[in-house]
Amino acid sequence: MITVRYFASLREAVGQDIEYFNYGEDVQTVRAVLDFCRAQSKQHAEALSITKVLRAALNQTLTSLEAQVADGDEIAFFPPVTGG
Amino acid sequence: MPAQDFPRSPFIEIRVQAEAFKPGEELDRWCALSNGAGAIASFVGLVRDLNLGDQVSALHLEHYPGMTHKALNLIAEQASAKWSLTAVTVIHRFGDLIPTEPIVMVMTSSAHRGDAFSACEFVMDYLKTQAPFWKRENTSSGTHWVEARESDLQAAARWENQP
Repeated sequence: MITVRYFASLREAVGQDIEYFNYGEDVQTVRAVLDFCRAQSKQHAEALSITKVLRAALNQTLTSLEAQVADGDEIAFFPPVTGG
Repeated sequence: MPAQDFPRSPFIEIRVQAEAFKPGEELDRWCALSNGAGAIASFVGLVRDLNLGDQVSALHLEHYPGMTHKALNLIAEQASAKWSLTAVTVIHRFGDLIPTEPIVMVMTSSAHRGDAFSACEFVMDYLKTQAPFWKRENTSSGTHWVEARESDLQAAARWENQP
């Protein structure tokens, strides 16, 4: 199973903060997970549109979209951070 | 003084909290703890009461609980690898804040001021672009998520070309 979390404006746009998906061999990278999430609904597709700048984390560490995903991983998508 | 005279792993303290903190008390505590440090640099960030011309009445700070501590700790470790530090602390709030309240405090301790100053600035620059916090402001023109600034990315990027 893969856990996907969304934060801030992205969480509001998707309409949920966490989703669980069955892990499949066809979803091997963070980019593939993102594409899979986009395909969930029209709201997902708009929230995660390729025109938006977004950041990703794999198991609570910032990651590139090309990073490999394994069963049990937690992936997060969010807008650029604005703390401090 | 050569770097090998310092402990390899400086003391790192990361606090992510909803509660308010008092920068003066934190600095006093840090001075008392600063075993062997001749210099402490500190930075305090306050909640703005004006942002891009709008009056800010309240700020909500969302974060990623499982990642925030890890990300701040990594930044402190990166600073420790670049400069000779005896200690690094980062205190960052989340939740609901009001304008002029302290939101973040960074303290870096070293034998001499140069390393403490540089490391303190580095930690803040990286925190602004790598730590998972998001600000939502209530202003006179409504509630909105704060947009990331290009200038913050540039500030973080300038450290990458340094040894």
